[in-house]
Amino acid sequence: MPQTVLVVEDEPHIVDSLSFLMKKAGFDVFIARDGDAALRMVESRPPDLILLDIMLPRRDGFEVLKYVRSNDAWKEMRVILLTAKGRDVDRLKGMELGADDFVTKPFSTKDVVRLVKQHLGVEEKLA
Amino acid sequence: MLVDWIIILSSIGYLLVLFAIAYFADKRAERGAGITSHPYIYALSLGVYCTSWTFYGSVGRAASSGLDFLPIYLGPTLVFVLWWLVVKKIIRITKAHRITSIADFISSRYGKSTPLSALVTVIAVVGIVPYISLQLKAVATSFNVLKQYPEVIAPLNSPPIATVADTAFWVALVLAIFAILFGTRHIDNSEHHDGVVVAIAFESVVKLLAFLAVGIFVTFGLYDGFGDLFQQASRVPELLQLMTFEKEGAYTTWVTLTTLSMVAAVCLPRQFQVIAVENVNEPELRKGVWLFPLYLLAINIFVLPIALGGMLQFPRGDVNADTFILTLPMAHEQEMLALLVFLGGLSAATSMVIVATIALSTMVCNDLVMPVLLRWNWLGLKRKSDFTGVLLFVRRSSIILILLFGYAYFRFLGESDALVTIGLISFAAVFQFAPAMIGGMFWKGGNRKGALVGLSLGFVVWAYTLLLPAFAKSGLLPITFIAAGPLGIELFRPYELFGLQGLDHLTHALFWTTVFNAGAYVFVSLYTRHSAIERVQGALFVDVYRYADQGPRSQLWQGSASVEDLFNLLVRFLGRARADRAFSGYFRDRGLERRRVITADADLVHLTERLLSGAIGAASARVMISSVVKGEVVRLEEVMTILDETSQVIEYSQSLEQKSKELESTTAQLRAANERLQELDRLKDEFLSTVSHELRTPLTSIRSFSEILSDHPDLEDEEKSRFLEIIVKESVRLTRLINQVLDLAKIEAGQMEWIFEDLDIPQVVENSMDTMSAILSEKEIVLDVDFATDLPMIRGDRDRLMQVFVNLLSNAIKFCDEERGWVKVSVFLQGQEIVITVADNGQGVPWQARERIFEKFHQSREGLADKPHGTGLGLSISRQIVEYFDGRLELVDTSSKGSVFGVFLPLQAEQVIAKAGE
Repeated sequence: MPQTVLVVEDEPHIVDSLSFLMKKAGFDVFIARDGDAALRMVESRPPDLILLDIMLPRRDGFEVLKYVRSNDAWKEMRVILLTAKGRDVDRLKGMELGADDFVTKPFSTKDVVRLVKQHLGVEEKLA
Repeated sequence: MLVDWIIILSSIGYLLVLFAIAYFADKRAERGAGITSHPYIYALSLGVYCTSWTFYGSVGRAASSGLDFLPIYLGPTLVFVLWWLVVKKIIRITKAHRITSIADFISSRYGKSTPLSALVTVIAVVGIVPYISLQLKAVATSFNVLKQYPEVIAPLNSPPIATVADTAFWVALVLAIFAILFGTRHIDNSEHHDGVVVAIAFESVVKLLAFLAVGIFVTFGLYDGFGDLFQQASRVPELLQLMTFEKEGAYTTWVTLTTLSMVAAVCLPRQFQVIAVENVNEPELRKGVWLFPLYLLAINIFVLPIALGGMLQFPRGDVNADTFILTLPMAHEQEMLALLVFLGGLSAATSMVIVATIALSTMVCNDLVMPVLLRWNWLGLKRKSDFTGVLLFVRRSSIILILLFGYAYFRFLGESDALVTIGLISFAAVFQFAPAMIGGMFWKGGNRKGALVGLSLGFVVWAYTLLLPAFAKSGLLPITFIAAGPLGIELFRPYELFGLQGLDHLTHALFWTTVFNAGAYVFVSLYTRHSAIERVQGALFVDVYRYADQGPRSQLWQGSASVEDLFNLLVRFLGRARADRAFSGYFRDRGLERRRVITADADLVHLTERLLSGAIGAASARVMISSVVKGEVVRLEEVMTILDETSQVIEYSQSLEQKSKELESTTAQLRAANERLQELDRLKDEFLSTVSHELRTPLTSIRSFSEILSDHPDLEDEEKSRFLEIIVKESVRLTRLINQVLDLAKIEAGQMEWIFEDLDIPQVVENSMDTMSAILSEKEIVLDVDFATDLPMIRGDRDRLMQVFVNLLSNAIKFCDEERGWVKVSVFLQGQEIVITVADNGQGVPWQARERIFEKFHQSREGLADKPHGTGLGLSISRQIVEYFDGRLELVDTSSKGSVFGVFLPLQAEQVIAKAGE
């Protein structure tokens, strides 16, 4: 059974690219376009990993992360933050809140895929 | 029977009494028990104002012009009652600066100027000598009349010259001896002449008693009291006239006389001497303020009764009215009374002569002779170790010379005018001191040049309008000088100068001297430079109370002087005893041992200067001190600074308070500014981070899909083209974003270029819509248009306004209903604005967000899940553009059924006017 990745992002084209990449890497992909939708998805179908944008409508990525880390049931859930601000404060704050990793936009697609696989314990298959 | 020798003997006896009084008063003072500080003595010594002019002349004047004798006594009364603060200030200044005479006073005020003190001295001597001769004349005349006893032969004029001349000459001589004996005992003139003052006070009593005795004799002896006397007089028409004021021009004369005598009461050298120089302490003045006017009142009570009595008793008019006081007792064979009157007249004359010669000799010595001796015969005098002898010699010679001048004047000129007229000429002369003196006490702006020019002009005009005509009358000048003017030039007639007519001679003279004197004083002072020392002295005089006791005077001297030099200087002018006393006192007060102090401090230099000033006047003292103080003698600029500091302490503290208040408010402003800066900094950071975020977002898509395309060459064509399309779209978005950020930056920095032209707004809106036609038809959006016609043109930038309209239209297109899109654009005139509205039928904007949507990077995230976002800068930029044209961009209406944005562009001023005119 393939591992699941939840993409939380409000920019449609970025969602497109991430879901394409995750699918190509062999994961099941779910999409949420704002913080509230993300929480609902986590509740109903907890993913193995979340690609979580910080700047989101309604409820930002930090709140989603806090919520995820508040429940021990989801402690195995990996969270990789996506930020366009690229500032250390955001990175530090995210790490303190329990994020597993950090990706700064505009990101390298290979890096994102590699990071996701790393955190999910998937060995890169040599093509 | 009153024979010559009885009169002479009584006179000598009287003078001996006077000598005795003066001698014992001086002895007493030497023991430190002087009585001149007694207020009654002070008040009585002020009675020196009443000379033989009063004694004989008042009655004469009353007999000829009624109450006109009164103003001469009204003036001093007014001065002491109303102006006693002025008098007090004069006294204070005199003491503070050890001033020895009125010449010293004026020259000190204007920077210790030697020329000025010399000028004042000359004016005083020229003005007062006739006055002195008047006293000699009075004594001589009264002696001449009295020795005819019991015959009343009072010739109106031309007494036998030889005898009279002798009398007057001997009187002059005796008075000179008295003045020398008691007036030049001390060298330091700022010390008091106790003997003289007490003798003067005694004389005031004698003359008052004599006058009152005759008054009582006439009023109650010859008549039954005032009522009877006035009744009898009123039966004679000419006498009735005397008791009323009907004469034309009487008021002008009164004002003139009162003014003159007010000034004379202070500025006459003898008045200045007794009021200020001889004053022991200021509280004396308090009693003097009411005692002196009382004395004047007492001596005037019987003037009119005696005059009326004389007119009634000598109806034929063959007796000189000036002698009534003497001839009335004689006619009634009251020989003791007549003798008392003679002695009274003698006392009036001698007191004046003594004080006046002492005052004048001081001035002549300190202000005329000494400066010349010190400067021109410098080497010879420098070797002289004891100067006191020279000083005494000069002073004593001056006394004798002044009296000889007085006698000479009397001998050659004195017979021409009545007593009062001569006196008034003197009054008018000293009146010339008033502008420089009074001005100098209250106006710091007065300077030396102004005082010099004013005094000189005033003196010249005085001489021309009063003295020369007097000479002419006595035959020294052709009498036509008065009637026809010099060389027949009528414009220069001395009594009608420059054609001024209708005033009595005195008022006329007073008018012109005042115009020239005060006018020049003020004018020249205003338009010439003040030297530093003038400013210093000006401040010290005008603000004498502020600097009264201590203060910066001692800092007038800088540089060093040896104690020995200063001491030797004092010894030379004051004698060893006085110098010893002064220095011992100085060192004792400071607890120093004199032998150990070698270099004098500024205080000691100042003390020496003050002591010297007392002996030789301020101007000469300054010269002497300069000769022994080495190095930088006077740093007046520094003194000015010190003075300013002292005088401005209060202002400073006030301004300090003000400053600290300002500081507080500045601090508050700074704090606010700082907070604002921090806020701006925070906003800038936020802006940058937002811009960064907004730029990264399209970049992310572009990079991702580029990498995907490059890493997955096996993609299907459909997918490839979809991804490429995304890349293109995001690139466009990125470009737009960059442009808008640059636009925003330019607008906010004021660097946006604006091209102004007259715009037809509907046309501009039309063009904007044209650019959107493709997307409109693609999305099948209904576009309604409602343009008003005949709208005025507006000046604006076509491209920028199109940017606004395109932004509004694209927002409308983006947010309108997806299924049945509808957009309406209207242009119309409302009041003085052209309004452009863009309406859509989208979901509307939450009401509370209606302002926030204009903030930078505010983006609607509602219902746009699948659409790429805008930049969030469009509305913000649009609003800034519209505001640049003084217009407004607002969300006019919004609801769940749609929004209406409105652009309001004001008409230009001239269009408003044109429109109003329609």
